[in-house]
Amino acid sequence: MTAATSSTSSPTSANGSVLLTLMKLRTFIALFAVIIFFAIFAPNFTSTANMILMSKHVALNAFLAMGMTFVIITGGIDLSVGSIVGLCGMVAGGLILYGIELPIGYTIYFNLFEIVLITLSIGLLIGLINGLLITKLNVAPFIATLGTLYIARGLALLSSDGQTFPNLVGRPEYATTGFDSFGAGRIVGLPVSIWILIALALLAAYVARSTPIGRHIFAVGGNERAARMSGIRVDIVKIFVYMFSGLCAAIVGVIISSELMAAHPATGESFELNAIAAAVLGGTSMSGGRGTIGGTIIGAFVIGILSDGLVMMGVSSFWQMVIKGLVIIIAVVVDQAQRRLQQRVTLMQMAKAG
Amino acid sequence: MSRPPSSDNIILRLDDVSKVYSGIVAVKRANLELRRGAVTVLVGENGAGKSTLMKIIAGVERPTIGTIILDGEPVSFDSPAAAQAHGIGMIFQELNLFANMSVAENIFATREITRGLRGIDHEAQVEKANAFLKRLDAGIDAKTMVEDLPIGQQQLVEIAKAMSLNARILIMDEPTSALSAAEVEILFKVIAELKAQGVAIVYISHRLEELMRIGDYITVLRDGQITGQAVVRDIDTGWIVRSMIGSDAKDFAKSVNHAVGQEMFRAEDITLPRPTGGLAVDRVSLSVKAGEILGIYGLMGAGRSEFFECVIGRHVHSTGRIFIDGEEVRARNVTRRIRKGLALIPEDRQREGLVQVLSIASNLSLASLNRFARFFHINAAAEKAAIRDAIKDLSIKAPNPDFEVTSMSGGNQQKVVIGKALMTKPKVLLMDEPSRGIDVGAKADVFRTMRRLAANGLAILFSTSDLEEVMALSDRIAVLSNGQLVAVFNRSEATEDAIIAASAKGHGHQGKLAS
Repeated sequence: MTAATSSTSSPTSANGSVLLTLMKLRTFIALFAVIIFFAIFAPNFTSTANMILMSKHVALNAFLAMGMTFVIITGGIDLSVGSIVGLCGMVAGGLILYGIELPIGYTIYFNLFEIVLITLSIGLLIGLINGLLITKLNVAPFIATLGTLYIARGLALLSSDGQTFPNLVGRPEYATTGFDSFGAGRIVGLPVSIWILIALALLAAYVARSTPIGRHIFAVGGNERAARMSGIRVDIVKIFVYMFSGLCAAIVGVIISSELMAAHPATGESFELNAIAAAVLGGTSMSGGRGTIGGTIIGAFVIGILSDGLVMMGVSSFWQMVIKGLVIIIAVVVDQAQRRLQQRVTLMQMAKAG
Repeated sequence: MSRPPSSDNIILRLDDVSKVYSGIVAVKRANLELRRGAVTVLVGENGAGKSTLMKIIAGVERPTIGTIILDGEPVSFDSPAAAQAHGIGMIFQELNLFANMSVAENIFATREITRGLRGIDHEAQVEKANAFLKRLDAGIDAKTMVEDLPIGQQQLVEIAKAMSLNARILIMDEPTSALSAAEVEILFKVIAELKAQGVAIVYISHRLEELMRIGDYITVLRDGQITGQAVVRDIDTGWIVRSMIGSDAKDFAKSVNHAVGQEMFRAEDITLPRPTGGLAVDRVSLSVKAGEILGIYGLMGAGRSEFFECVIGRHVHSTGRIFIDGEEVRARNVTRRIRKGLALIPEDRQREGLVQVLSIASNLSLASLNRFARFFHINAAAEKAAIRDAIKDLSIKAPNPDFEVTSMSGGNQQKVVIGKALMTKPKVLLMDEPSRGIDVGAKADVFRTMRRLAANGLAILFSTSDLEEVMALSDRIAVLSNGQLVAVFNRSEATEDAIIAASAKGHGHQGKLAS
């Protein structure tokens, strides 16, 4: 987001600058590294079918990671997204299969468009609850979203008594057919979910760059007190980011149940951790104030390609976890080293100039 | 500098020490010597680098370059604890006390008196702490909670804590800023005792008469550089002022006489309770006309910042009414008060003024983004143009507005905070210590800006603890003491003596009774 301060570098610090540039481009370098590595070592990795399959996997994490990025930039965390995915899948599935039974003996069925709308509003609502807990009741983000994590997962399990809602083909008389189009549909050769991801990513990047609320998100995370004193409505900004995160999670819930044509209440478990990993890998600072949507998307691709590639190479899933963990830690260590190096270079220049 | 009596009396030497923070060169190639059994006084304006230099000696900060030589050996301190192990103690300007612990527990923090497995010997601690407090004649019981003490007595606790270290080098950073005259006398007696025991003392203060009285050696700092070193008995206050300021007079903006308009701002009965009981701001009422500059003077803890914070709407628990242009402002939060035409430049630039991770440009437009936005889209061209104007108007030395704001000097950072406030097009500008921690050139720019804004019809309230500054800049001077407005002077009738006398009211021993 912020431009490099050291670009005024003098010839004396040329070494430092080269190293700095390399460090700044680390996510890109990591992305190319994993692609090249698997292109050589994993059979069929570069085939079109595999690329499309992989991008569908990546898209799910990328949605959550985008919402998470805004939350982390404000200095918070949203642990509830995985559960929102599960709950929203169940809501969509339940509405398609059974509608809403009213106590007076009638059952309301909604058409597909309304069902999607209702599902997305559930995501927004849980985000709103998170935001209100954090701002109005002063609950720490970690605790507030841990609470909603359990509540949403519990509700998802309650909705079907732990059972799966199968076979979500819908009924033509209620206009609920075609639910599979989100997961399996294609537009101009690309899966629908990828198109939605592109649209949402562009929107999020636009919000971050060119709207007051976007600017305020960074200010709140960079220095909440200064933001408050500048007249920024910190509470509204925070509620906004949790609602956006909830919306992203609801979208993932719809897409997953559409891909499977079934809704399972345990869907999305530990998705929140993957989302945090992607955001951090993409250069989002856990202490707030720094991060980009573009970086997060790249981070999601690195993680997604890494795990799919390892599967294709036949590496055991236990080793996959170890490798993923190492990659995340190395990313953050490099991030910190870059900060320190940059600071040192600037300070030494000033000390010499002074 | 006159020849030292004997060089082996030197206990500590700083050799070519520099300290750079992001954006600020705080100390530039300083050389300093401290002697046993002598008081070295350190003077300089706010932000001259005195505190930084002392924090380097006390192990709080590490020098960017340069060495510290203690007893002839180069040393480097990783932490204040390491410096304490070498016998260096420091009384900080900002009090470093645990408000939630008793006085005795504070004095012996990290050096608790223990009885093996039976834990801390509280009785022994209280007894010893009382002995130190008695030497200071403080009238404080060591079992009292620190948060229950008024600020002056807290400072005495800090002094007792430093004495208990049995330090060979004791640094005092403005120890008298909240003390009454009687308490200062006792402190001086203690300093004389310590000196006789061979302790090397560094004493920082703004009060020149104190320096002349207790100092043996004097070092003057300006903009992070040592500009004068001398033996105190060879010099006079005129020499100090010349070394401090560079020229004989400060570069205050000439007061241009312009018409003062109608009343623009009025505060009525602004009151803010202190969390520990008592009032931080006690029924303060004042008014400012358009084009007028009202200087608010007061000692540390007098309630200046708190008053400004009440006005801008920061404290939910504050009461009282404010009026802008004759109309009552009922909005209670910062956002809506800014929209009504108020703007605050906070005292603590780093914590409340700037968003460090954002660029210069983003910081400038932060409070006024809605002005450049149609619906939700920021018009980048309009924003850029406004930022360019602000940079030019305030003569901010920004090589590139897209650089991080911390890449600039403190003075320029302050101008960014001022620019941010001005971009909201305020009618009333509140400036809390606008000249704190910035260099002389930037100060002059800030003062010129204040004059120009006043001439354009803005009502300005600014607070300062610099007497000269309040005298030179204000059309009227309001003096706060212990949260109360004790006096308002017109510029023509204000004298330094009268202002000092007013500001000292309510600071003294009677604070003990406050619960």
